[in-house]
Amino acid sequence: MPSRRDFLKVGASGALLLAMARVSRSRSATQRAEAIPPEPALDGGASEVLAAIVPVVLAGALPVDPSARSASIAATIERAYRTVSGLPPHSQSDLRDLFALLAFAPARWLLAGVRHPWRQASGAEIDGFLQRWRLSGWALKQQAYQALHELVFAAFYADPASWPPIGYPGPPRLT
Amino acid sequence: MFPDPIAQGLARGWKVIDASRMTKDLVLEADVVIVGTGAGGGVSAEILSAAGLSVLMLEEGPLKSTHDFHMREAEAYPQLYQESASRKTLDKAITILQGRCVGGSTTVNWTSSFRTPAATLEYWRREFGLGELAGDGLVPWFEMMERRLSISPWDSAANENNELLRRGAASLGIPTGVIRRNVRGCLDLGYCGMGCPTNAKQSMLVTTLPAALDRGATLVTRARVQRVVARGGRVQHLQATALDSRGVHELAYRVVVRAQHYVLAAGAIGSPAVLLRSAIPDPWRVVGARTFIHPTVISAALMTERVNGYAGAPQSLYSDHFLESAPIDGPIGFKLEVAPLHPVLFGMTLQGFGAQHAALMREFAHAQVILALLRDGFHPDSPGGIVGLRRDGSPVLAYPLTPFLWDGVRRALLTMAEIQFSAGARKVYPVHEQAPGYTSWREAKSAIAQLPLAPLLTRVVSAHVMGGCAMADDPRRGVVDARGRHFGVPNLSVHDASVFPTSLGANPQLSIYALAARNASLLARELTGHPAPPVA
Repeated sequence: MPSRRDFLKVGASGALLLAMARVSRSRSATQRAEAIPPEPALDGGASEVLAAIVPVVLAGALPVDPSARSASIAATIERAYRTVSGLPPHSQSDLRDLFALLAFAPARWLLAGVRHPWRQASGAEIDGFLQRWRLSGWALKQQAYQALHELVFAAFYADPASWPPIGYPGPPRLT
Repeated sequence: MFPDPIAQGLARGWKVIDASRMTKDLVLEADVVIVGTGAGGGVSAEILSAAGLSVLMLEEGPLKSTHDFHMREAEAYPQLYQESASRKTLDKAITILQGRCVGGSTTVNWTSSFRTPAATLEYWRREFGLGELAGDGLVPWFEMMERRLSISPWDSAANENNELLRRGAASLGIPTGVIRRNVRGCLDLGYCGMGCPTNAKQSMLVTTLPAALDRGATLVTRARVQRVVARGGRVQHLQATALDSRGVHELAYRVVVRAQHYVLAAGAIGSPAVLLRSAIPDPWRVVGARTFIHPTVISAALMTERVNGYAGAPQSLYSDHFLESAPIDGPIGFKLEVAPLHPVLFGMTLQGFGAQHAALMREFAHAQVILALLRDGFHPDSPGGIVGLRRDGSPVLAYPLTPFLWDGVRRALLTMAEIQFSAGARKVYPVHEQAPGYTSWREAKSAIAQLPLAPLLTRVVSAHVMGGCAMADDPRRGVVDARGRHFGVPNLSVHDASVFPTSLGANPQLSIYALAARNASLLARELTGHPAPPVA
């Protein structure tokens, strides 16, 4: 159990990293201002993080066929974006912060313990990060893990293509 | 094809304004304005309009009805629930399911109808001076609303998910009962949580709200009430903001409503939030305090045969054994019910990820799920949570999970596992990040006894938010009196679950219906000088 002092220390460094990540996010958003629609639910860094995390969260659930698998990953990420855009502004803001933090290399390394950029990180490395955050003694990491867990599983199991493998016939037909 | 009573009513000329399509500010007037169209708002609207009063209703959610209900989670959660069914407590440890649509939670609940338990009403009499509700006080109102909403015991066969609860409990000598449901001609589909596509569920959407609209009431949807403005001890007007068509962002347009009387029925969390934003004097800091949620924990079991938990009436059997076998103000008791299974909610709720989660999901059709709903609020160690406001004015509930609650959680997880093994489970998974799944009661018993119980490890959910504007006989302990009338502002009432001074120990809809019927009838009598006509 971390002491209150430890918590404050981690909390302060975490807050500093978050502030830095926010600055880097607003810079990149400004640079690409003309390319993106106003107030995107999630910004650029999120897709890279999701592309790395989704296959690990959904290991064992994704289709085996390689092209079906990539299509399913892409559709899950797309649906996750849509889900976020329907959440209230305070939740969107939390999730933007989370993805900005994870996309910010120093935070990815120091907080998530993922040494390689998301594109190059191995499944095992990402699995280790998710397991550590899932069972972390620091509530912020657990909250972040659970947000990712919900977002990915909700997006994946919303897709009727994910239903036959789990034996769900879909809603009945009304005649 | 099933008729769509809302589409028909709109064609008949109902006065319904979708605020997401407004192009200028609106100023409206009515005798009574009602904030929210769920259980409390719907019943109040019918009774007040039947008494001849002009009624205006404001609803934050959209107007969706029969032909919009496609039994798809991906559509239903963002459209019909607060925060897309992912509303959380401040520490994000508890997920809260609340409706946000015309009809409120009654549009998406699982139809379970229980009268307020006598022990709860007796506790309220003793502790909060609410003698007029105890004994037979609410009985005529329960009877009237049961007639109005066709509430009767589910006399078809229970689905296997429910039946397994009964069988497992019976083999341990634990009694179960049949749940009463507010349905007419129910086809037993199992999709109540996504809006009833056949109009069988007698929610506010197909009963009281159409009745009020047929009498000329006005409904404004996609309008978020920001505050009531009081001067000289009376509410002068109310301010609302239009929302965009998805209910995410606030638009620039305002709705201002002037009325003789103002009824808050925005639900626990929603109603206290309006009072907090209104900055109505609260010298004893009671607004938003003592908010209760029936903290609910979950046990999933894998059976040899298919359970098909997605099909059939979601809740038809229950057990109150662990509420009734101990004193109400002793160690926390719990009610046992089951949960329907649908892929999104089940996938989001189960612990773990990757191969472990996928293996469990492959057994989706074989899974059975029991819920234990803890009866919070009856003990000094169960003071509930507090609703506060974020910087953007949106409400958030801080609900501490205390050792007193965890003691009940552990007993509940043990009980549910024992029942599931007695019913023939191959494997039982308490929904907890460190529970790997157990293959025998013996193994489960020793493992659950050791399980670290803490926020964000143990999954805790709630579909029953209560309190925050408690009734009492004294403004030091409550926000409103037993008639729902605000102690400081006489033309302001609260008619929803936020008036309950503790949790109920039962699914709340029928308690809200009965109390709203009583208090709306008393209000109608006062405003018109005549007794309110019964609605059934």
